[in-house]
Amino acid sequence: MIITKQKKFDELLRHIDSKPVFLIGCSECATICHTGGKEEVVSLQKALIQKHIPVTGWIILEPACHLLNDKRILKKYETELQNSAKILVLACGNGVQTVSEIEPDKEIIAGTDTLFLGEISHVNEFDKRCNLCGECLLDDFGGFCPLARCPKSMLNGPCGGSTNGKCEVNSELDCAWVRIYDLLKKQGKLKTLLSIQKPKDWSKELEMKRRI
Amino acid sequence: MSYRSHFEEILSQERFVVTAEIGPPKGADPKKIIQKADIVRHYADAFNVTDNQTAVVRLSSLAGCVILLQMSLEPIMQMTCRDRNRIALQSDVLGASALGIRNILCLTGDHQSFGNHPGAKGVFDVDSIQLLQIIKNMRDEGLFQSGDSLLAQRPCVFLGAAANPYADPFDFQVDRLRKKIDVGAEFIQTQSVYNIERFEEWMDAVRAQGLDKKVHILAGVTPLKSVKMAERMKFHVPGTDVPDAVYGRMKNASDPAKEGFTIAVETIHQLKKITGIHGVHITALFWEEIIPTLVKEAGLYRQGKEQ
Repeated sequence: MIITKQKKFDELLRHIDSKPVFLIGCSECATICHTGGKEEVVSLQKALIQKHIPVTGWIILEPACHLLNDKRILKKYETELQNSAKILVLACGNGVQTVSEIEPDKEIIAGTDTLFLGEISHVNEFDKRCNLCGECLLDDFGGFCPLARCPKSMLNGPCGGSTNGKCEVNSELDCAWVRIYDLLKKQGKLKTLLSIQKPKDWSKELEMKRRI
Repeated sequence: MSYRSHFEEILSQERFVVTAEIGPPKGADPKKIIQKADIVRHYADAFNVTDNQTAVVRLSSLAGCVILLQMSLEPIMQMTCRDRNRIALQSDVLGASALGIRNILCLTGDHQSFGNHPGAKGVFDVDSIQLLQIIKNMRDEGLFQSGDSLLAQRPCVFLGAAANPYADPFDFQVDRLRKKIDVGAEFIQTQSVYNIERFEEWMDAVRAQGLDKKVHILAGVTPLKSVKMAERMKFHVPGTDVPDAVYGRMKNASDPAKEGFTIAVETIHQLKKITGIHGVHITALFWEEIIPTLVKEAGLYRQGKEQ
């Protein structure tokens, strides 16, 4: 899932600049991380109205990253969109761009910061899991990604800063390599960690389009 | 036998060697590094020049090494993977070799969040093990990382790496040392030693794998200058292990700098007794002027030795 966090209300106000605004949320990731679901869109609408900012309407796209679907849904809101000067999108960076493609004449405001591709680890808690690197290495590391989960993306073992199982960069973060080591030790596969991981081929990350 | 560097030749003589760290200035004044080098010049066999240590911008390691060469000293160029991708790293290896730098210490590097530019993008295109392998292949096979061939001379360098006996997971740190040796590390400089028992345990594991026979290991020594420094090392610097006993001695000392010095001398004496240790690497943070006394007091000063 794409994990987002809402931008600060003051920052949104600054971008809206008292102009009439149309609000867009997303039914998928932004709903689950409570950044752009119905609840958040309605509560933002109320807060804006309190600040005397006209909200011409709102919609939750299903999901915001679906271009053709969005076009169809947004057609039904032609008047509300026409009455607005700006569109504020509470979705991930992809959702924001899909909307800006459909509405090229409107000023689009990104209502969230897109953080990472991660899992819902607890209620209201999300953890980064994948860097979208284009060539999956998980098989070599017991299904645990050092690229995404180590701040230095170390592929050949831990750096010297791992203490009590925690990362030196962020003491809330488990050292990825302590986890990988423990995992492979349990599986009796520690030998695999002795092989040298070659420098990664980052050209795989350059994929910009895929057709089926 | 021909040696790639003077440092390699000294290590081959089986005597207990000393390396010292010289941190370049946060500015362009070459005199700052010359002054530091002048203080320590007769007290170490080779001199590490740090590469934007703790991610703080300083005069570059390569330039610092050239300044030392101009003073007829033997530099060890530290090279981290934090700030440069494989293109820039390989280019600097060629440049360093062309300028006469013959020793390179390959490090992954401190994370940028610790330095004076926490908003910088960390590169980490490759890690220290991959960097060692890349430079070794350039030198021995005449190949760049991509497989493309070097033209017009291969770099002539003696390769080193770091090791930390105090980081987790303890067992894997020895395997990681083995990986570094497998890909080309010829000398090792360790994290600063304060917990000698744990260091001896680590060396037992190193010897059990026969690694001490494959590589020259230099143990890190950093004299504690003050109680504040001891606290920083004990509680805040990741991957260091200052035991309660050492911390207690610093705290109860009437003259903490003197006590820190005494502890360092004792540590060196203990390190000298450990089989497989070929020397010490002294990092005297903001206290370079103590190095001559420390080296003399530890019985490592070789009169008439000229760099």
